[in-house]
Amino acid sequence: MSSSWEVVIGMEVHVQPKTRSKMFCGCSIAELNDPPNTHVCEVCLGLPGVLPVINRAAVEAGLKTALALKCEIPQHTKFDRKNYMYPDLPKGYQISQYDLPMSINGSLDVDERRVRIRRVHLEEDTGKLVHAGDKLHKAWESFVDLNRAGVPLMEIVSEPDLRSAEEARDYAMELQTLLRTIGASNADMEKGQMRAEPNISIRRAGSNELGVKTELKNINSFRALYRAIGYEVERQKKLLEDGGAVVQETRGWSEPEQRTFSQRSKEFAEDYRYFPEPDLPPLELERAWIEELRAGLPELPSVRRARLLEQLPARQVAVIGGDRYLADLYETTVAKGAPASSTANWIVNEVAPTGKLPSPDYLYELMQMLQQGNVTRDQAREVQMESIETGRSPAEIVAEHGFTQVSDEAELRVLAEAVIDANPKAAADYRSGKKQAMQALMADLRKRAPQANPKVANELLLKLLA
Amino acid sequence: MSDDLTQLTIKEASRLLRLGSISSADLVTAHVQRIERVDPKVKAFLRFTPEVWERQANEADRRIREGTAPPLAGIPLAVKDVLCVRGVETTAGSKILGGFKPPYTATAVQRLFDAGALMIGVTNCDEFAMGSSTENSGYFPTHNPWDLDRVPGGSSGGSAAAVASGEAIIGLGTDTGGSIRQPAALCGVVGMKPTYGRVSRYGLIAFASSLDQIGPFTRSVDDAAIVLSLMAGFDPLDATSSNRAPMEVLNNFGGGVSGMRLGVPREYYDVKGIEPGVKAAIDAALLILRRQGAEIVDVSLPHTDYGLAAYYIIAPAECSSNLARYDGVRFGMSDDDAPNITEQYTQVRRKGFGAEVRRRIMLGTYALSTGYYDAFYLKAQKVRTLIKRDFDAAFEKCDAIVSATSPTVAFPIGSKTQDPLSMYLCDVLTLGGNLAGLPGISVPCGTSDGLPVGLQVLGPQWGENLVLRVARAYEQASEIHAEVADVV
Repeated sequence: MSSSWEVVIGMEVHVQPKTRSKMFCGCSIAELNDPPNTHVCEVCLGLPGVLPVINRAAVEAGLKTALALKCEIPQHTKFDRKNYMYPDLPKGYQISQYDLPMSINGSLDVDERRVRIRRVHLEEDTGKLVHAGDKLHKAWESFVDLNRAGVPLMEIVSEPDLRSAEEARDYAMELQTLLRTIGASNADMEKGQMRAEPNISIRRAGSNELGVKTELKNINSFRALYRAIGYEVERQKKLLEDGGAVVQETRGWSEPEQRTFSQRSKEFAEDYRYFPEPDLPPLELERAWIEELRAGLPELPSVRRARLLEQLPARQVAVIGGDRYLADLYETTVAKGAPASSTANWIVNEVAPTGKLPSPDYLYELMQMLQQGNVTRDQAREVQMESIETGRSPAEIVAEHGFTQVSDEAELRVLAEAVIDANPKAAADYRSGKKQAMQALMADLRKRAPQANPKVANELLLKLLA
Repeated sequence: MSDDLTQLTIKEASRLLRLGSISSADLVTAHVQRIERVDPKVKAFLRFTPEVWERQANEADRRIREGTAPPLAGIPLAVKDVLCVRGVETTAGSKILGGFKPPYTATAVQRLFDAGALMIGVTNCDEFAMGSSTENSGYFPTHNPWDLDRVPGGSSGGSAAAVASGEAIIGLGTDTGGSIRQPAALCGVVGMKPTYGRVSRYGLIAFASSLDQIGPFTRSVDDAAIVLSLMAGFDPLDATSSNRAPMEVLNNFGGGVSGMRLGVPREYYDVKGIEPGVKAAIDAALLILRRQGAEIVDVSLPHTDYGLAAYYIIAPAECSSNLARYDGVRFGMSDDDAPNITEQYTQVRRKGFGAEVRRRIMLGTYALSTGYYDAFYLKAQKVRTLIKRDFDAAFEKCDAIVSATSPTVAFPIGSKTQDPLSMYLCDVLTLGGNLAGLPGISVPCGTSDGLPVGLQVLGPQWGENLVLRVARAYEQASEIHAEVADVV
């Protein structure tokens, strides 16, 4: 029965562009744990008589994002007021963009699917409320933190082109990669720099009509996004299959309970009374500026990924192609002459998980040492860590620690003979055909001489035991 | 002696100060004494600011002695209660802002401080500048210095009355639909509203953002020109302020009207409800201008009738949004006993706002609501465009427009408070200039039944110099000057 349903998802993603100051004033952007109300001024506090001034850097980030999403940029755009009263909204209205957004009609390819982008527009964030007790209406005391009030946000709205939780998650991940690649945002979901709000409905397979949708909020990770949609789809299916109906509403995702819950139904939907923001003249976007930004965009992730796939397996491209800095590191290091596959392997296993980037020069040096057998992999990992911490070159560190690997056969022969003497049982086992006994011998050898070149030592042991 | 010092223009006072005949301390003392005598009757001021003027007077006297006096050194200034001054209680004439001391000074005021002006106090106004009589003040009404039983006009009635009664040499007002020009006319002083964007609105507590402009009240056209040129110019804190050169307002403004074409819109000349005495004063003014060599031409502003309706949709719509921030959460009046946030909003806004403000918030909220937006707000914006076009067409036939500023002279206190519509009609000749963003001035042009009448001059966008030129030529030729009322 459930296979007869088709899932339809559109995404609204709010992204905080990388700017030094807020959307309409000079306040710096707060870090996550800064004390409350320490990044505020008369403008973002909404005191009487103050006026907004547009942050050019935020417009630039918005334009770059729109261009990377292949959007059209109209000649004229404007800001509007979205009116509603809430204590986290100091002015009683949010400055946003309503009927003339700064960009429209783009697309983003996620694997095989082309997701249409309806619009990318700019707006300002609200503050944060902390309640002693339950929600605002039941709390006996509530606190307002306006550090985030007025922080710039780009809202990226897709058409309902996604068909599963997995696709929705991949879309969000692809968007994050794109935003990081073009430098428009760090798009860190955990830090609230990227917030995904999926609109979900289901319909009978083959139907062209959209079902009643629900919108999900409070999603703080890709995993939560995937799970929340999964939960919501099952909830809607069950409702419809039991003869019920989906109510159009906003639902929150509860991470501890792993379920969605009703927040606000459409009956109580606010009338936002949008009208053009009279304090900001319409924005005329200079064509020359847009073309300059277009020309300055780096290679987009989809293009680069296609190129990487010609050299590397898909599994490695998934990691390297998903991060501009890893991809840059890979390509620069290989261009210097490092071997492609072992460099990719190293980056995937030894660089990506640490979140810290070595310079291409030092990585090339390290790859050379590994290739020539001068250091072991364990040593190389240690060298890389120390090099990133201290900024010194791998060669210097290796020399200082005496890590340089011993590959001299005469020297290693003495060692190999000693190992065989010390492990008569293992030696006998090997000779009688138990090939895995070699592991015990190698382990003992590495313990006695960590700097021994394992390849040469292994060959010597084989020769001596033959 | 001291009364003489309260009747001066900026030019006259500056001359005495620079000659060393008087100090700015003398000038302030004279004004304080005058205020003590007349303000209990006029009630132009809400608050006085001795802590500000003492510092500023010392500074002015020092700079005068050193020979480095800026243009307004030592000149007493009255500031409308909608203009923020750092550390000075600023309430927009409203109880809801009681106790609010802004941590910043409005750009326009700061520029006058920088030019040496000294602030005497904060003047009364209609609450959030909504009104035409200053009776909507959340504190008390102001009285017309020429007849204490009558209103001074509004909303900047306090500043107009202060200049008219010798309590300050400069008054600052704001004009959203006529709130400088109309009280200037009713109090017999000069009042000027600049082109929208000429003066920064930063620090002006907004009523209707797309219409509000700050301007001066003075006793002469020259003084208005001086003050305006000092306030004007781009402000990085106001995205709607223009980067045109501030001094262009003074270009050739002494050139006289000979050869100029002055348009008289028939819709203004014969406006419904215009008093015969007002019309007679305007006729006399037109005659004087014609004798000075101006050609008086008939022009038409066909959409005038719709202007009032459009204005009373656009201004309330913007105010309904601008006033949403008065929620009792961050500043001003609060209600600690409210059981929840909705109740807090309701109580604070019910107690804090007066009837007219609440009326306009409701009108504006309605006009912007889903299902009504197209019929009201959008249509009003279309009318606004038509009105701009009316003016554009008129300015093809004339250099400036002249008319009465107000259809009536000052009316008795209380006579229109029960009838909002009749109060709204006070703005019928002025609000077109706000909808079209044009510069306008009101200069005294005689009296009707012993009460002042104002002549309004409107110019094309950025045409302050033309407006000032016509007003100055009239002032010189008519020998009618703003006088200080005796206040009895």
